[in-house]
Amino acid sequence: MLLAIDTSAGSSVAIVDRDRGTIVELGEADTRRHAEVIGTLIALALAESGVSIPELSGVAVGMGPGPFTGLRVGIAAAQAFAFGAGKPVVRVVSHDAVAWGHYAAGNTGPLLVVTDARRREVYWSTYSGADEFGLPERSRGPAIESPAGLETLGLDGHARIDAAEVSAASAGLLAEGLFQHRRAFAGPEALYLRAPDVTVSAGPKRVS
Amino acid sequence: MSASGPLVLGIETSCDETGVGIVRGTTLLANVIASSMDEHARYGGVVPEIAARAHLEALTPALTAALAEAKVSLHDLDAIAVTSGPGLSGALMVGVAAAKALALSLGKPLYAVNHLVGHVGADVLSGEDVEYPTIALLVSGGHTSLLLVRDLVSDVELLGETIDDAAGEAFDKVARLLGLPYPGGPQIDRVAATGDPAAIRFPRGLSQPKDMDRHRYDFSFSGLKTAVARWVERARDAGEEVPIADVAASFREAVTDVLLTKAVAACRDRGVPRLLLGGGVVANARVREVAAERCAAAGIELRIPPLSLCTDNGAMIAALGAQLIESGHAPSDLSFGADSTLPVTVIQA
Repeated sequence: MLLAIDTSAGSSVAIVDRDRGTIVELGEADTRRHAEVIGTLIALALAESGVSIPELSGVAVGMGPGPFTGLRVGIAAAQAFAFGAGKPVVRVVSHDAVAWGHYAAGNTGPLLVVTDARRREVYWSTYSGADEFGLPERSRGPAIESPAGLETLGLDGHARIDAAEVSAASAGLLAEGLFQHRRAFAGPEALYLRAPDVTVSAGPKRVS
Repeated sequence: MSASGPLVLGIETSCDETGVGIVRGTTLLANVIASSMDEHARYGGVVPEIAARAHLEALTPALTAALAEAKVSLHDLDAIAVTSGPGLSGALMVGVAAAKALALSLGKPLYAVNHLVGHVGADVLSGEDVEYPTIALLVSGGHTSLLLVRDLVSDVELLGETIDDAAGEAFDKVARLLGLPYPGGPQIDRVAATGDPAAIRFPRGLSQPKDMDRHRYDFSFSGLKTAVARWVERARDAGEEVPIADVAASFREAVTDVLLTKAVAACRDRGVPRLLLGGGVVANARVREVAAERCAAAGIELRIPPLSLCTDNGAMIAALGAQLIESGHAPSDLSFGADSTLPVTVIQA
């Protein structure tokens, strides 16, 4: 059983179990209130599910891609909760969670997942399909592109999902599947896919 | 008294320092600080996004290190405290999110506290009885604030603050102008040691009689920075060698003079014979020296916490949390956010 958190788009928190599926999932779609809502969502998920912390086997978290500030809230919360509970953190690519949901709903075939990267850009990943366990097989990405640039990548044969929210339950169930079938989790780095906004100045400007 | 009191872990991520501290009441048990300063050096100042990324990576290791240093386990803790503002929004959010989740995972109460009041709270860890009211002068790369603290947990008034650059920022910018590396404070301090502080009379911001009505306790360092730049440009244009030591010493003198003039005036005006210094600029040798001289002359008790408690740290946040608990304050509601402009009157969010 996992506590699952994803803040790569809105804020989503769930408790999932390999056998019981999604036990509870709560979300806040507002992409500007991650820090405000994250604690309440975790507290409510635990309370509504009736699951006690010792019953959890770990904390799953979506590592993005996602805009910096919000994405970090979920990762910081997942890491700190796991630290306090003495449980492992298991990390997944947030787009993989969207793809997992698509294939779990019975769909097949190539898939393009697109999420908002702000500043007139999008994050995208493609999938060739799901394997025999329903785990999505990512073929390209995650990467960042302009909407126009995305059209030039020859992805016409792909079903397209423009995801405004990423489900923490999907992230958690994906993590359960990856663990059960001994597949790799995502790495420890947040998937910002953008360098920090900063330029090295050429030196002080004249004032006189 | 020193061996009792609530065991509190404090998290501080308002700028470029990831701080985790642990206190028991007024006793300091751990003060772990991971700084991303080196990553900002090539940009000449703190880059908010770089600072926030660094917090995310540094926080769990800092928690582990602090618990080891304090020789306590997570389950021994009575509460968690965290800085919720003021500071850099994205940086604050890392600490806020982590503190909420940590408190929930442990079933412990959470206190969201004010960063600037935390600087004042650091003084309770001195091992001496702290008296109020006190005037507090907090000077760093992000803040230049003059406070009247009547009671640490219930009554803090902002007397004045900078209306443009923070003092530490002015040090960074002038150092850059003189070709010295970041952070500028220690560099200016080093080269100023051999300079003449009276060589050049740089302006004291907001100190003219006309400014003293509206801005009696406010600061301004932007004009000073420009004055130094003009002076250096004029010298270079004239083909003169810039006397870096004299420029640094004269600039440092102008900053120090205006800081202490206003702080001592506040003590006198308000009849408060105590001055507490806090913030990273307190590391500056001349600031400490002039503070000691002027406070002695005015009969003001000067308090300066150890430098590790003056720069941003989690121990001061834990200390303020412990004071709030001991005075019966309820924990913060889980719905608080990061507030980059949290006023000092909001001691607990």
